[in-house]
Amino acid sequence: MSPFLFWIFALLTLIFGAAVVINRNPVASALSLVVSFLGLAALFMSLNAYFIGIIQVLVYAGAVMVLFLFIIMLLNLRAEEARRINWLATAGGVAVALILLGQIFSVISHLKFAQNPFPPLAGLTVDDVRNIGAVLFRNYNLPFQIVGVLVLVATVGVVLLSKREPR
Amino acid sequence: MITLGDYLMVSGILFAIGFAGVMLRRNLIIIFMSLELMLNAANLSLVAFSRFRVGPTGLPDYNAQVFVFFIITVAAAEVAVGLAILVALYRARQTTDVKDITSLKF
Repeated sequence: MSPFLFWIFALLTLIFGAAVVINRNPVASALSLVVSFLGLAALFMSLNAYFIGIIQVLVYAGAVMVLFLFIIMLLNLRAEEARRINWLATAGGVAVALILLGQIFSVISHLKFAQNPFPPLAGLTVDDVRNIGAVLFRNYNLPFQIVGVLVLVATVGVVLLSKREPR
Repeated sequence: MITLGDYLMVSGILFAIGFAGVMLRRNLIIIFMSLELMLNAANLSLVAFSRFRVGPTGLPDYNAQVFVFFIITVAAAEVAVGLAILVALYRARQTTDVKDITSLKF
């Protein structure tokens, strides 16, 4: 992938990710999150992870965000009225996030191998879905089954949680 | 030339944005969205490492991509359960603001 496209999609992801936090209107935040996830899917594809990019779009930008928007509409949330902002708490939160960012940057800059270019792949394209499927079903079959049970439990739990309690 | 470090930087910034969202915002739905941002930042660095660690067959390391697959699956289940809890909370209290939910506060 050309550096130009990488920076376009990286900036798209980061700017709209910041917009999620900054926007006061929950609907605007959710739509910013969709754009951020689409940029991230493009970054996945730039790393030759086509399958992950596709399920990023299908599961996150599709299913999860529809769920978020549905809940926002259901609860009829409007932009939160401008409450008195506690500047001390805000400054503290930003400072903690900046300290975390500084630590991440210092770790990355100390990684010598991180400055090497990506090694070339065997072919121009990779047979992504088949290879992931082979690894998933050969080496990670038990975790896969457990995740299936987890999703079932989550489904039953959601139905139970959203049932109205009988008076 | 785009290196592994660039991808890790983007992932780190995205994680910090999500972290700041969890720290700063008081709307529970926005906090949930910020959590999703942090999960996705971790996914990005996992996929970048997967592409970086090319095996002798010339293929990326698919263990990391399977890991990302599991993360996405569990995150989707987590969002469903979390939003159901949010709806139940809204039904009981008519609020999604963390400042108004202080029953467990000492």
